[in-house]
Amino acid sequence: MLITRVIPVLLLRRRSLVKSIKFRNPTYVGDPINTVRIFNEREVDEIVILDIEASTKNAEPQFDLLEEIASEAFMPLAYGGGVKSVSHAREIFRRGAEKVVINTSACENPTLISELSSEFGAQSIVVSIDVKRKWLGGYKVACRQARVTTNKNPIEWAKAAQAYGAGEILLTSVERDGTFLGYDLPLVSSVASAVDIPVIACGGAGSLAHAREVVLRAGAAAAAAGSLFVFQGSHRAVLVNYPKRELLDQLFTESNH
Amino acid sequence: MIAIIDYSMGNVASIARMLKKLGIDSLLTRDPDEICAAEKLILPGVGAFDTGMRNLRDAEIKDVLQRIVVEERKPVLGICLGMQLLFNRSEEGVEPGLGWIDGDVKRFRFSGEQKERVPHMGWNLVMPSPGIPLFAELTKDARFYFVHSYFADPIDTSDIAATTQHGFKFCCAVSRGNIHGVQFHPEKSHKFGLQLLKNFAEL
Repeated sequence: MLITRVIPVLLLRRRSLVKSIKFRNPTYVGDPINTVRIFNEREVDEIVILDIEASTKNAEPQFDLLEEIASEAFMPLAYGGGVKSVSHAREIFRRGAEKVVINTSACENPTLISELSSEFGAQSIVVSIDVKRKWLGGYKVACRQARVTTNKNPIEWAKAAQAYGAGEILLTSVERDGTFLGYDLPLVSSVASAVDIPVIACGGAGSLAHAREVVLRAGAAAAAAGSLFVFQGSHRAVLVNYPKRELLDQLFTESNH
Repeated sequence: MIAIIDYSMGNVASIARMLKKLGIDSLLTRDPDEICAAEKLILPGVGAFDTGMRNLRDAEIKDVLQRIVVEERKPVLGICLGMQLLFNRSEEGVEPGLGWIDGDVKRFRFSGEQKERVPHMGWNLVMPSPGIPLFAELTKDARFYFVHSYFADPIDTSDIAATTQHGFKFCCAVSRGNIHGVQFHPEKSHKFGLQLLKNFAEL
């Protein structure tokens, strides 16, 4: 039986790791290579690295930095930010990542998903979906680092992404990002039940109990988190951390707690 | 020196990096002389079965491998697609495999109650058969990272070096004399992968 993954999501701004709150005010966390080295020692299940400026600045993926990071990562690594073409993705795989993550470019050009999927296989293509709550209830998909709100409904967009050939969905709640308040369970539940491919929930994790909740109650295949694994305490002091395997092994069993 | 066979089937840099971390010399190569000079071989690979076999043939590596592995009996480790190529044939394609291990490569199919996702992707527990040197020091909690839709099914069950559960129990590693294969990715499996590659280097 596959082990339920708990995935640190690390945000890049140029060559630095940062962490946002609700996608705003990115604050400096540390050096990406050192941080990945620590996560490697802690034997994390998988790691996701997203360049949060690439799409808004129309920049290319940071291939050299990715290669440096990958040389410290003896675990599966997914990279996103600025991926607009098959050749970008090919270079990302060549530099040592197992998966590419696409968000803005998938929103604006969904056929890119099928191009990547047929070239590299669905298992290596992650479609990242950022979701904003609407004033009067309901959800909308956002892109360009949540600066642009689209007309897409997250459930319909996730189903479309799957049909185009996505292998996984990384589903992030913009409002919960960096808040420690817990995942948006209704959102995750509605998307996870609408698609067959794994949904990685992100945004809001403040404890491992939240991770347990989003997997067992909302049907997420994996729990991702940023702040939880780079900060400690309410003052957001930087401390790169990841739970021990014994703890994670117990976390997702029904009978526990 | 371990030669990592370069036949254009996916990223192999991480295998070389893990060997380097272990202090083991390796060389990524498709040059027949360099392959012949190596003490051991790793046959990596991500992609389709037929493309893999055709690339081996087109690069004129297939005959070299046949001689070194079958006649000179140098240790070889197939990883992922590299393990599948050790077998006779695959449901994924029409090309004959290397045929060094008797059996076929089959697609995961599930019926009735047992419904699992394909590809089998993620970390899974691996149960080594007793007394397999490739799995020395790898105890019952050994977990490895998998990404595959097909699995190899050896006819001679004594070739099975380890099994994993995905809907049903399948063979995830083989050892037959000097020929070894693993379906998972040791190079992406932390200390478990390090131990396995160390074991292979010490065979």
